[in-house]
Amino acid sequence: MPAIFRPSANLAAAVTLLALAGLGVGGVALWWLWPRTDYARHVRWPVGQPVPFSHEHHVAGLGLDCRFCHNSVEVSATAGLPPTTTCMTCHSQIWTNAAVLAPVRLSLASDTPIAWNRINDLPDYVYFNHGIHIAKGVGCASCHGEVDRMALTYKASSLTMQFCLDCHRDPGPRLRPKDQIFNTQWQRTADTASPAALMGEYHLRNGRRLTDCSICHR
Amino acid sequence: MKGALVPIAMLVCLTACDDMSNQAKQRHYAPAVGPAAVPSNTVEYLDRPSQAPPVTLELLERGQERFRIYCTPCHSELGDGHGMVVQRGFPPPPSYHTEHLRQAPVQHFYDVMTQGYGAMYPFADRVRPEDRWAIAAYIRALQRSQNATDGDISADRRGALE
Ligand code: HEC
Ligand code: HEC
Ligand code: HEC
Ligand code: HEC
Ligand code: HEC
Ligand code: HEC
Repeated sequence: MPAIFRPSANLAAAVTLLALAGLGVGGVALWWLWPRTDYARHVRWPVGQPVPFSHEHHVAGLGLDCRFCHNSVEVSATAGLPPTTTCMTCHSQIWTNAAVLAPVRLSLASDTPIAWNRINDLPDYVYFNHGIHIAKGVGCASCHGEVDRMALTYKASSLTMQFCLDCHRDPGPRLRPKDQIFNTQWQRTADTASPAALMGEYHLRNGRRLTDCSICHR
Repeated sequence: MKGALVPIAMLVCLTACDDMSNQAKQRHYAPAVGPAAVPSNTVEYLDRPSQAPPVTLELLERGQERFRIYCTPCHSELGDGHGMVVQRGFPPPPSYHTEHLRQAPVQHFYDVMTQGYGAMYPFADRVRPEDRWAIAAYIRALQRSQNATDGDISADRRGALE
């Protein structure tokens, strides 16, 4: 009886087995990695909004402070989005006929809030609080990036658990002086106070275990 | 039979697996009533009538910070009414350094912030009462700074200016 397989089949079998194993490992890796990529997490994707609101025009152009609109950011867990009356503070007098602003005027006239679409959204099993970060010298830009350069707002950082922990392990180098917290263009320079000095200024104790699970998963 | 117990137990465990990312809670930034209304029979948080606090350096510094956030876009850093938004076409507000506003009591500034004034919207929803007093005190200081007289300089510093 002649051999069914020629000698080269040995090679083919080995390659096939390797390929199958590779596919398996690769598949698992992809299944694990994919949700963690910036693409799947929608980092740097502008989100469609009812009004194409531009931080670039309002913050860099007009010099508005974040707190003019996000006025609860220093004292509460949520930064808050501006109510219609905040927009109308100015838009009752300027750009009153602009078509892009029709939803804002309609919102005031019909007494229904504008429903903005969420951009940064942590899973609900994570507890986050803005107030403590602002009080302890973490700037908006550390998590939200250069908001004043965004013509349409997008998510600037991945907001994975690793992202939070990278800072919680050693916040010092990422802290900034009190008057620069809302300045999204600020960079550490030679005459900025040292990380250790800033830690002291904000009364942050090194021993405090900011990486304990119960800090964020309450 | 015994051998099947472990896989069955594992299957039962799987039924508890659920994505907890989105739980049943308020999903939208939707308040109970529309933006122009306050729910009936309620008082705004912290928004009870209050008295002007004594003027301290701390109060003025707080006032300066709040003034720069909420008022400079229109009234400008100097209070002369040529802020950035006015340069883009907003009707110019009066300068704080007019005789009328220099004579006005501090209470007037507080009331303007609480209730609005003409084309200016109220700021009661954004600026807390204590901060409104702080801003009012800061505007007083600003008015004084733009109309300073010799008498405002202490005797030991006067020499440095001459
Ligand atoms: C004129 C009002 C205004 C000012 C000033 C302003 N914002 Fe916003 N911001 C908005 C509005 C309206 C939205 C919702 C629409 C959008 O996402 O673009 C928003 C959205 C955001 C979001 C995304 C929220 C989400 O859904 O996750 C972030 C982050 C943000 N702002 C940060 C900032 C920072 C930082 C500053 C200061 C540098 C700032 N904003 C100044 C009005 C403002
Ligand atoms: C330590 C990181 C961090 C810093 C610093 C930070 N944010 Fe956020 N911000 C977040 C996260 C995370 C969310 C999403 C919260 C959620 O999904 O519950 C968020 C959400 C928001 C939102 C959407 C509304 C809300 O409150 O959920 C706005 C607006 C916002 N941030 C503005 C700001 C501004 C303005 C500053 C600076 C004063 C700032 N943030 C500083 C992490 C941060
Ligand atoms: C402090 C005053 C002020 C406030 C508050 C304000 N705007 Fe504006 N907005 C302006 C000015 C001034 C312009 C014209 C921009 C320019 O000339 O660069 C403008 C322009 C716009 C435009 C036109 C397109 C553009 O970006 O130039 C849109 C849309 C807009 N604003 C939406 C909003 C929304 C939504 C809010 C409320 C969250 C808001 N604005 C709050 C002053 C304001
Ligand atoms: C750039 C640095 C930085 C980043 C990024 C950061 N944090 Fe923080 N976080 C801090 C600092 C600093 C404190 C204050 C610690 C203290 O008071 O001792 C803090 C405090 C907290 C607290 C309150 C702890 C307590 O009990 O007092 C929570 C909750 C928290 N962070 C959650 C988060 C989450 C969730 C993220 C990711 C979305 C995050 N943080 C990202 C720096 C950061
Ligand atoms: C500084 C805040 C912080 C701390 C401390 C923290 N976590 Fe998390 N954790 C997060 C955030 C944010 C997410 C959500 C990540 C995402 O969006 O996928 C998360 C997600 C998770 C998840 C779900 C992961 C997934 O891929 O779905 C698990 C499990 C978890 N954390 C366990 C822990 C454990 C165990 C600890 C203690 C060792 C811990 N966490 C400490 C912020 C934190
Ligand atoms: C969007 C632009 C704008 C902002 C922001 C603004 N104002 Fe005004 N303000 C005006 C205009 C316009 C007038 C003139 C109103 C009129 O005469 O119709 C005015 C008038 C005033 C007056 C004069 C009232 C009188 O008796 O003549 C005072 C005082 C005042 N504002 C205080 C403030 C304070 C304090 C803030 C900050 C909390 C502030 N304004 C923020 C536009 C603004």
